[in-house]
Amino acid sequence: MLARKMNKRKLIDKFFRYIFLSFIGIALLVLAVLLYDVFSAGIKMLDWDFFTRFDSRFPEKAGIKAGLFGTLYVIALMIPFTLIVGISTALYLEEYSPKNKLTNFIRLNIANLAGIPSIIYGMLGLGILVRTLALGRSVLGGSLTLSLLVLPVVIVSAQEAIKSVPASLRNASYAMGANHWQTVSKVVIPTSLPSIMTGFILAISRAIGETAPLIMMGALTFVMFTPEHIMDSFTVMPIQIFNWTSLPKKEFELVAAAGSSVLLIVLFILNGLATFIRYHYSSKY
Amino acid sequence: MKLKRLTVVIMVLVMVVFSVSSLAVDLEGTVKIDGSSTVYPITQAMAEEFSYENPRVRVTVGVSGTGGGFEKFTIGETDISDASRPIKDSEAAIAAENGIEFTKFVVAYDGITVVVNPENDWASNLTVDELKKIWEPNSSVETWSDVRPEWPDEEIALYGPGSDSGTFDYFTEAIVGESGHSRADYTASEDDNVLVQGIAGNKYALGYFGYAYYIENKDLLNSVAVDWVLPASMTIENGKYSPLARKIFIYVNNDVVKRLEVEAFLRFYFEKAQEIVPSTGYVALSSYEKQLDKVDELK
Repeated sequence: MLARKMNKRKLIDKFFRYIFLSFIGIALLVLAVLLYDVFSAGIKMLDWDFFTRFDSRFPEKAGIKAGLFGTLYVIALMIPFTLIVGISTALYLEEYSPKNKLTNFIRLNIANLAGIPSIIYGMLGLGILVRTLALGRSVLGGSLTLSLLVLPVVIVSAQEAIKSVPASLRNASYAMGANHWQTVSKVVIPTSLPSIMTGFILAISRAIGETAPLIMMGALTFVMFTPEHIMDSFTVMPIQIFNWTSLPKKEFELVAAAGSSVLLIVLFILNGLATFIRYHYSSKY
Repeated sequence: MKLKRLTVVIMVLVMVVFSVSSLAVDLEGTVKIDGSSTVYPITQAMAEEFSYENPRVRVTVGVSGTGGGFEKFTIGETDISDASRPIKDSEAAIAAENGIEFTKFVVAYDGITVVVNPENDWASNLTVDELKKIWEPNSSVETWSDVRPEWPDEEIALYGPGSDSGTFDYFTEAIVGESGHSRADYTASEDDNVLVQGIAGNKYALGYFGYAYYIENKDLLNSVAVDWVLPASMTIENGKYSPLARKIFIYVNNDVVKRLEVEAFLRFYFEKAQEIVPSTGYVALSSYEKQLDKVDELK
């Protein structure tokens, strides 16, 4: 009797194990098909010249240099801004703000902002950053637009990370005579940093692939130079890829696939770096 | 002694020649262009070729659509605007408000092409009236037999550009009679390749887009004669392919032509147009002298 019950429970256990496994399998399969599709078509165009050439109306001469540099510049400018503003906001909301209705209202709104379509941020960028603040259609304007786009996600995930720091760690810090700032800087931030980085990695990955807000704020499609300073005009890889897919010549589909491959490679490298940093820090605690 | 003097003279001469030639080559500056996706392939080709000859001039080309391009052009944010239709009065009024004077240049001809699936063996010709009946707002046409009774009683799948497109504006004006008036229940995309794929995959499809896209996809689609005239370089240029042959333009801010790099770019544009325009799938004007004269007047 008992053994039969036991067997049944084990069976249920197995059942769920394989259900979950099969779902992971589906996810991985889709990813594999996508990667195969992109890289098998892209590899035909992908050589060193593809990285060193600018765009061209001839598919065999087209390169991604302008987009690659544009994307790297935009992301490089975006990272410090997003990290500083995102973590500071989360720290204030979790550690310092008074617990009242206004704070709750602000929290609710930040969570809501995370769900707003990206094109709206493009309009915000065009109206406020490009025109009112006169940043123009510059690398700086583009990276700030993308920063605004991903900040809600970064803030919310940082808040969760800070909340999950065990009270025992905090109390231990206070018990040692540390003040609030010392506790925050020496205990809370280092402990929550790995989780903050996770949210941050997702945010950067999203920003790299965004096209709509940048087209809206007026990033360009065809440029034959790389940005030289932060007020320079620019293009990014997704815009170039999008444009290639819409051109009449069918050979540009291969060029677009090659561009997508480069975009994916850059994404993997950046994610790898961020993951490395995360492990590096998490090993301390 | 004499030899030395001769060397000096030669060196000075060489230096003079070098400095003069570098003066001529060393154009600098920026030319900002935005606007129609229809004109983009031509302007991009010009920007590319011009950049090879003048590497220090930065020519930038955006693709905001004709309307989006004019929005920037009329407040002075761009130097040149690509346009697949003439500027609207409302847009010109904004330019006037901002003190911007401009000149229109004709770049090429485009023939909006009505296309069907290659398996479609009945519709080789459509009249303007039939097209109007199909595309007008609240159209009653649901099946091919609604167009002509002898045609198949199968649902007609319609494809066309979205309302931001100058091609849409032009087609609706030429066919329906009023710009922007169209039935709304069709598959709309700003990406012409989406339209090509859709029509190539459906035997009962009908759609329209620019001639350049048809030329690149000839093997996937059939063009339909409009009032018994097929679109081709000849019929588009001589006006026989009416009313769907149109001119496409660039608009230039008069003030910026005084900048050497803009003047040089415009000259380059119309000197090379004869050679480059056909390679982009459009039909070149028989002569670009008039456009070059306009550049002379503005400088």
